[in-house]
Amino acid sequence: MQIILEAGRAERNYWRDLWRYRELFAILAWRDVALRYKQTVIGGTWAVVRPFLTMVVFTVLFGRLAQLPSDGAAPYAIMVFAGMLPWFLFSTILSEASNSLVANTNLIGKVYFPRIIIPSATAVVALVDLSVNLAMLAVLMIWYDFVPTWRLLLLPVFVVLALFASLGPSLFVTALNVKYRDFRYIIPFIVQFGLYVSPVGFSSAIVPQKWRLWYSLNPMVGVIDGFRWCLLGENSVLDARYFLSSIFIIVLLLTVGVGYFRRTERTFADLI
Amino acid sequence: MTDEVAIRAEGLGKKYLIGHEIDRYSTLRDVMARAAKNAWRKTADMVRGREIIAGDTVEEYWALRNANFEVKRGEVLGIIGHNGAGKSTLLKILSRITEPTEGRVTINGRVASLLEVGTGFHGELTGRENVFLNGAILGMTHAEIKRKFDEIVAFSEVERFLDTPVKRYSSGMYLRLAFAVAAHLEPEILIIDEVLAVGDLQFQRKCLGKMRSVASEGRTVLFVSHTMALVANLCERALLLEQGRIVHSGPTTEIITVFLQTASGRSGHAKLAGNSQCAGSEYVSLLEARIISGGNLVSDTKMDEDVTLQFTFEIRGASGEYSSMIHLYDKEGTLVLSSTTYARPYEPGSYGHEYTLPANFLNDGMYTFSIMLLKDLMHVEAAAERCISFVVHETGIGREQYGGKMKGCVRPHLLTREFLTTGEGLAPESFHRGAAHQ
Repeated sequence: MQIILEAGRAERNYWRDLWRYRELFAILAWRDVALRYKQTVIGGTWAVVRPFLTMVVFTVLFGRLAQLPSDGAAPYAIMVFAGMLPWFLFSTILSEASNSLVANTNLIGKVYFPRIIIPSATAVVALVDLSVNLAMLAVLMIWYDFVPTWRLLLLPVFVVLALFASLGPSLFVTALNVKYRDFRYIIPFIVQFGLYVSPVGFSSAIVPQKWRLWYSLNPMVGVIDGFRWCLLGENSVLDARYFLSSIFIIVLLLTVGVGYFRRTERTFADLI
Repeated sequence: MTDEVAIRAEGLGKKYLIGHEIDRYSTLRDVMARAAKNAWRKTADMVRGREIIAGDTVEEYWALRNANFEVKRGEVLGIIGHNGAGKSTLLKILSRITEPTEGRVTINGRVASLLEVGTGFHGELTGRENVFLNGAILGMTHAEIKRKFDEIVAFSEVERFLDTPVKRYSSGMYLRLAFAVAAHLEPEILIIDEVLAVGDLQFQRKCLGKMRSVASEGRTVLFVSHTMALVANLCERALLLEQGRIVHSGPTTEIITVFLQTASGRSGHAKLAGNSQCAGSEYVSLLEARIISGGNLVSDTKMDEDVTLQFTFEIRGASGEYSSMIHLYDKEGTLVLSSTTYARPYEPGSYGHEYTLPANFLNDGMYTFSIMLLKDLMHVEAAAERCISFVVHETGIGREQYGGKMKGCVRPHLLTREFLTTGEGLAPESFHRGAAHQ
């Protein structure tokens, strides 16, 4: 096995390296999940409490007080919760990944492995949270006597879409954060801002036609609408045009994110 | 490219950018002008995608320049040099942690780097979990770790506490576990950076034993250390780095000698006259001092050679009997010994005194002299407190079994001998009885 190290040499073996380091990826992901719940009581329940309370607040605020319409005949609470699933996936990945490299300085300065493993490991943590949330959604559906349709089977597809939508911006921001630590402050703001600009608390149906195009530039719009289409069955309508434009944005962001990360990766050890 | 060469480096170089701040004490106008200039530079750098450096001016610093060398398969190569010579930078490049700025290096074989012990260890996880985590980080597969798990635990001697979070471990246990994992790496090329510098006596002995067995198994090893004894014992060949360049390469003993002779910032010579720290009187003053070893003016000496302190002084008349006295301090400031010359009257003039410390007497490390001139064995007429230092280096002799720190102000080569005992014990009565028997 021969390796040549040179300034500026494109790492041709990178993706093969990634496969070779798959076990390290698994163990770092396991470490992140284990640490979350070690020696905590709240750690485990946080995954339950946060989405539950958010759903309650949004249902009361937007559903009752503002009297916003739900999707079709679906209960408002379920509509909100179905939108929250991908949103929390996205916000967890974005928040955790953006700081993951800086938090693992000791590894980056002392050991070689494809650096993309570290922010990607946070995706696993977010998926664990997602599965807990899905269980909660199931309970909610039973409570409301709501029966989903065959579209439920397509859920894995939308989960993958949500992952791509999250990883694109996250990798980009993570790489930037190594050089310019400002992002520590910017990320919480983006997450907060995004929560209201994305259709988490409300349905996409209420957005007026003339704003629809700009609105769809938000990648999470497509993902959340997709999740709702999948979980709420006939009650939710998915507009193919806007959905496709969201997918286009997602792919674009993923390419930019991965590309920028790969390009700056070789300087991480020097900057961190 | 033959299969015989494990690593070949050609023209390797690594450049860093460092920032400097100009003198802080200036007018408000200067401060504002400087702030504006820096802001402009930093913005320009950011737009161009370059690194943002704090400070007023930016300098290019070559941590490593034009490094060319070859390591054959199965060779154990030592890399030595003073602090800042570029050793760690070289290791980082070879470990793929950082990219070279120029040049290239070709590596044949799987590389494992030990730049620090316990990389990735997390306090909240148990010992068992950390073994798997650390092993994976160092490059071992899960199956490999499982296979060697019992060996690793046995080597570390923390079996009882394996399921306790590592944050509860003592530092000794932590090190033993961390090293145990690292010791069971089986790469084709192993790169080690001074990881053995910590730990207690027993631990160090274990590490040394393991290091030696790894080296003898035919693996290629690159070993960076400041401990000459270890380098001399483990490595057949060595590279000497100085300020980012490889200045010498060859058999280890030769390299160590060259290393000790190159300037380390100390000159082995001190001017005492006119030095505000050296007190003198109108009649007597100290002039200069120097250290000589192996026939050369040195500041670094080998443990197995004599060390001579020479100094000159001037006596400008007055009665009384004069003598000189020296104090020798070790690096902790402990007074190791004092010595004097015979007091006698001196005619006005310049004179020189010399003191020679025997070989195989001092411990390794830095020693400092204080020189005094006494009148009538009582009054200190001139004194140069801690005016000249030298560093004693080991040569690896007598260190085959233990590479750790030997404590003590001195380390004289004592005569040791084994003798037979008759079972009567060592009590005083038995001593006389034994003598009477003869």
